[in-house]
Order: sequence, then structure tokens, then C-alpha cells
Amino acid sequence: MVNENLVDNIVSEPYKYGFVTEIESEKISKGINEDIVRLISSKKNEPEYLLNFRLNAFKKWKELQEPDWADLGYEKIDYQDIIYYSAPKQKDKIKSLDEVDPKLLETFDKLGIPLTEQKRLTNVAVDAVFDSVSIATTFKEQLAEHGVIFCSISEAIKDHSDLIEKYLGSVIPASDNYFAALNSAVFSDGSFVYIPKNVTCPMDLSSYFRINSGDSGQFERTLIIAEEGSSVSYLEGCTAPMFDTNTLHAAVVELIALDDASIKYSTVQNWYAGNEQGVGGIFNFVTKRGKCIGKRSKISWSQVETGSAITWKYPSCILIGEESIGEFYSVALTNNLQQADTGTKMIHIGPRTKSTIVSKGISAGHSSNSYRGLVKIGSQAKGARNYSQCDSMLIGDKAAANTFPYIQSQQPHSEVEHEASTCRISEDQLFYLQSRGIEFEEAVSMMVSGFCRDVFNQLPMEFAAEADKLLSLKLEGSVG
Amino acid sequence: MESKKEIKQPLLEISNLFASTENLTILKGVNIKINSGEIHAIMGRNGCGKSTLSKIIAGHPSYEITNGKIELCGTDIEPLEPEERAQSGIFLGFQYPIEIPGVSNLEFLRVATNARRKFLKKSELDTFEFEDLVKEKLDIVKMDSAFLSRSINQGFSGGEKKRNEILQMALLEPKIAILDETDSGLDIDALRIVASGIKKIANENSGIILITHYQRLLDEIKPDFVHVMADGKIIKTGDNTLALELEKNGYDWTDEFINKN
Repeated sequence: MVNENLVDNIVSEPYKYGFVTEIESEKISKGINEDIVRLISSKKNEPEYLLNFRLNAFKKWKELQEPDWADLGYEKIDYQDIIYYSAPKQKDKIKSLDEVDPKLLETFDKLGIPLTEQKRLTNVAVDAVFDSVSIATTFKEQLAEHGVIFCSISEAIKDHSDLIEKYLGSVIPASDNYFAALNSAVFSDGSFVYIPKNVTCPMDLSSYFRINSGDSGQFERTLIIAEEGSSVSYLEGCTAPMFDTNTLHAAVVELIALDDASIKYSTVQNWYAGNEQGVGGIFNFVTKRGKCIGKRSKISWSQVETGSAITWKYPSCILIGEESIGEFYSVALTNNLQQADTGTKMIHIGPRTKSTIVSKGISAGHSSNSYRGLVKIGSQAKGARNYSQCDSMLIGDKAAANTFPYIQSQQPHSEVEHEASTCRISEDQLFYLQSRGIEFEEAVSMMVSGFCRDVFNQLPMEFAAEADKLLSLKLEGSVG
Repeated sequence: MESKKEIKQPLLEISNLFASTENLTILKGVNIKINSGEIHAIMGRNGCGKSTLSKIIAGHPSYEITNGKIELCGTDIEPLEPEERAQSGIFLGFQYPIEIPGVSNLEFLRVATNARRKFLKKSELDTFEFEDLVKEKLDIVKMDSAFLSRSINQGFSGGEKKRNEILQMALLEPKIAILDETDSGLDIDALRIVASGIKKIANENSGIILITHYQRLLDEIKPDFVHVMADGKIIKTGDNTLALELEKNGYDWTDEFINKN
């Protein structure tokens, strides 16, 4: 078919964030062992309990096996060939943004995340993470007036030790899985959010993760705590330069919602995906989980996954509090030789808990895109309900889409609904739109947007527009 | 009527057109000329190449022109992409309009209309302006505005799909509209609505090609010329009476024509 080449062209938009910032970094030597874990902890001047947390995690990691159940194929990762700590060289104590290396500010400018007071986004507070460290957090003081704590996790370890000690690892224990254990041992930085009782966070909070160095892994850790009656919307974005080697990213995100609290966590993941031949790209092994401890609490995950060579990610909710609500809205786009195995787990423990899963997978090129999800209704979850919808769209005839839904119910008075569909963008559909004067690329993007609408509707407004644009870009050819 | 004094340049001129798909030659030397204000009917048996001809004019990527040319107002359209052909005024009414889930009909019609308007150097319409325009055009095909909020052709009945095609034609105001079996699958009421819609849109600056098997559409819309196609060629051209003749005698004689050649 003549058009197939066109489809191929269209789905191979060059990656726009592939530049490298030339900056002197402080790196430790390659490899991982107990001394490295101790070294990372000492570099961060951490208290004893945290060093123990790390050492304990490292012990667990050595006992665990790298999981192989996902529908992913990749060369074995050499964990001794990775640098576990890399930080741009800066002055020891940075008092204000003026002291931050202009090169770093420039980098974030280029990524569309200006940090300086004159240029920064007015309605979103940003924590900017560069390789292993947080560079800056905007609007900290303004948020503090509302009692909201938003800072890097390193700062939180120093200044809010009580909260860290209480909650770190409380949702995802170090022993949870191989990658979570690794992260717990070597995590370098990340974001920390605390919303006090009955406070609605006055602005959206966001973290922007930038991998710059080619040989170091990124292991960030995010912890969000929403006290009774509070609410927050948190956004996360990520990009990385183009290297022909694979970089490991193994993050852990923990969310805690108490009575009547609500956390909305949105991600636009655009790590470098590797080239058309599948060389390079980020290996993205991420553990994200939220615990709805409180009654009527709510945790909502929305994600737009477009990057990474490998995505292994299952943002989940543990619904403990009565009538608590878990949501998962996902768009995952894979192209070329990208592989994604992503989905969610909804664990219903409390009575009358509810969960909604809407997953849209788009596979183009030779990529493979799997939805994997678990809905588990425990014996105490009387009146629990789940609705799942998993749709796949295939572009071209060389891509693959899979759906693996697991449903386990131990409670007869509960409802679980699952719907799934697969469709293909056909040449006839494209021709129909084109024959009405609509450009080929716009036709593809109209169909993809239409397919993703249910999920985009869940994203914060600016993010939704951004996500729509990103998908179009990813699907747009280098034509013209 | 000053234009009558000028030498008429044909809107669409197809000369000695050969085309194939997957190494199978389907069109074997088609010649046809359509002037503004004219309505042409192309008739013939299934598989004679009628639908292929319409798809080739619209630029379907599965077909390849191996010889001859298609000119729109004197310009060879072969190098143009399907969307460029549409923007410059070629409209194909599909025999089987395609369903596109998730894309709203209204949005689709607006983007398409604006693409055509942009080409004509007219201002693009915003959502409100477009809604006014589309409501006016809905009357032509007696469609309810509820159609606009649905996905393109999804769950539409056969008749609704065809009316949606005519609505698109009304919005795009093409120079040349090729309506491929727009009458097939319609009951008599729907046929009348569609036919009266086409008549309302027809004007002296544009041309229409009706591809059909049956006389009943031509009872509603009187063509100026009737062409009979067989084996990838136009084998006979006449006026309206040729269609009536076909209705009476069938297509068997066209087989003889093929056998003779």
C-alpha cells in the first residue's frame, strides 16, 4: 500500500528535547555496593534512620530477582555499569535562584519550564530536578503561607524528618519489588509535598525531571501527603537527551490521602525513546502507588506516556478508607521499537470503595503496547465497584497491542465491569478525511485525539492541550 | 449571462486515462469532459470501473495512473494529494461513507470547510460562525442538528450516511462533485431528500457526476449527458434517453461490446 510509507514518516517525529547541557558534574564511580549506598547517604548528610532505610533496601534488592513477567524484551541491565549519583557542580549553599548556574536555568528555559521569577509560570509551582538533584523549587514561600510544604525530598529529610520517618516507604516498602528496592537504596532526590488539614492547595504543583548525563541512572522519589479534607493537583513532566546507550530510570512515587482528602497526579512522560532502530532510550521502571487511608478519600492518576524505550509502570491505588475512590486514566503511545507494559492495580479493601480505569494504548511502527491491570476486591469490600475500559489503537500493520486484565474478587456483593476494544486507523478512514481537504497529518491526529478524548478530559487544562500537542508531534512526520 | 460568450474551459477533463491497482489494469482509456453547469451520469455494470474512476479522481492511494491525465480547470491534478484535490474543489460522495469513532461530526465538518475556505482565500470560520452556517445547510438534507454531535458516520443508518455526504457537499461547495452510488441503499423518501439536496446545491458554476445503476435517481435529477462504461472505458455517450434505453434493455449489449474488442 502506497500510504504505508507515509504512515511510517508521520510517526517518526524527531525528538525535540534531545540536547545535552554541557555542565561540570560531580559523579561518583560506577557500580553499586554497600559503600556506594553509604556514600550517597553521607553526601546528603542524612540522619541515621535514613541510612538504615537505604542499607536495608539494598539488602532486600540483592535478594530479589529482576521481574521477567512483563511483555518486554531487552538486553540485561548491567547494574555495575551505572553511576548512581551525578550532580551538577554548584556552590554548596544556594540561597536564591540568582546563584543557580545560568546553564541550568537555560536548560529549563529551553524545555519550556522557566524558573526565574520574571519568567516562571504564574499558576504552577515547579520543582526542577536535574540528574540526581533538585535545582530549584518555585513559589515555596507563597505556598508556605497556606501551610503547604513543597520542596525537594532532600530538604524534607532535613527539615521535616518527622513526616519522612512516618511516611517514607509506608505505601511502597523497600521489599515491594526489585526496582522499588533499588530506588530505596540509592534514591537521590525528588519532590515532597505536604498539604495540611482542610487546605486546598492554591496552585497546581509540578516536578520536572531532566536526565542529562548519559551514564548515570535517575532514581527519584516523590512523596505526597494530603491531610484530612485537603486537596492537591500535581503534575509531572520528564525529558532526556538522546544517547545511543540506555539509561535506567527507576522512580518511586508514594501518595497518601487521609479522610476526605484528594490527590490528582498527572504525568506527561516524554523520556527519549531511542531511535528508529531501537538504539538508545530510557528504560523506565517506575513504581507508583497511592494509599487512600481515609474515608471518602480519592486518588486519581492520569498519565500520558509517549517516551522511553521500555516502560514498566503500574500506578495503583490501595483503597482502604470506606467509600474511597481510585482512578486511573492512561494514554500510552509507542512507536518504532518502543515497548510499553503499563496499567494499574486497584486494591479494594474498604467497603463501598470505587475505582475507574480508562486505558488507551496506541501502537505505531514495530512497537508493542500492553495494558496490564489488576482489580482485586477483598473480603471486607462489601459494595465495592470497579469499571474498566481498555482500548487499543493500531497504526500500520507491524505494531502489537495486548490487554492483560486480572480480576480477583473475594466479595460477592461487589461489581466489576470490564470493556475492551481494539481498532486500527485504516487507510480508508484516512482517505475519507483527506478527501474532505484535511491534511494527512491532521487526519491522523484528529483520530488519535478522538480516541484519547476520555483521558484528556481528565487532565488539567494546560496539560491536556500540551498532551494533545505532544501526541500530534510524536505522530507528525518530518514532512515539510 | 456574459460567461456564455467566453470560450468555455472544461471544469474537468479526463483524457485517455489508464489506471491500475496491484498490477491489474482497471481503466483502459477513459475520456470525459465536464463543463460548468453540467450534470453527467455514468452508468454500467458492477466492476466496469465506475467507482475506480471516482476514487482515482479523488486521489485514492491504492490506484496508480499509468497513462493519460485528469485536469481540473486546465491543471493536471495527478501530483496533488487527496486533500489538495479536495481543497481545490473536487468532491467525492462515497458509496460507503466511512465511520470514524471518537471524532465529532461537527468538528470534522468545520475543519474540512475551513480547509476549503482557506484555499479559496476566504476567512476561516470560528465555532460560532460555523454553527450558523451548518444549521442553514442542514435544512438542505433535512438533517437534525443532533447528527453534528455524534462521531463521524458512527451508528448512522444508510440513509443518514448518504445525507451526511450531501451535507458535506453543501458545505464544501465543490467545483466538481462525483457522487458514487449515492442512491444505493436508500428508500424512496430518503432518495427524494438526497436528490432534492443535490439539485439545490447544483449551480451553473459547478459540475456533477452521478454514478449510478438505476434510472430512479435520474428521474429526480435529469442529467445532461449519460455515459455507459464497460471494461474500463466509456463505450457510449448520449443524452437522458440513453438512460431510459438502459432501463429498458439492460446491460447485456455492453458485454457484446467487450467480447467484440
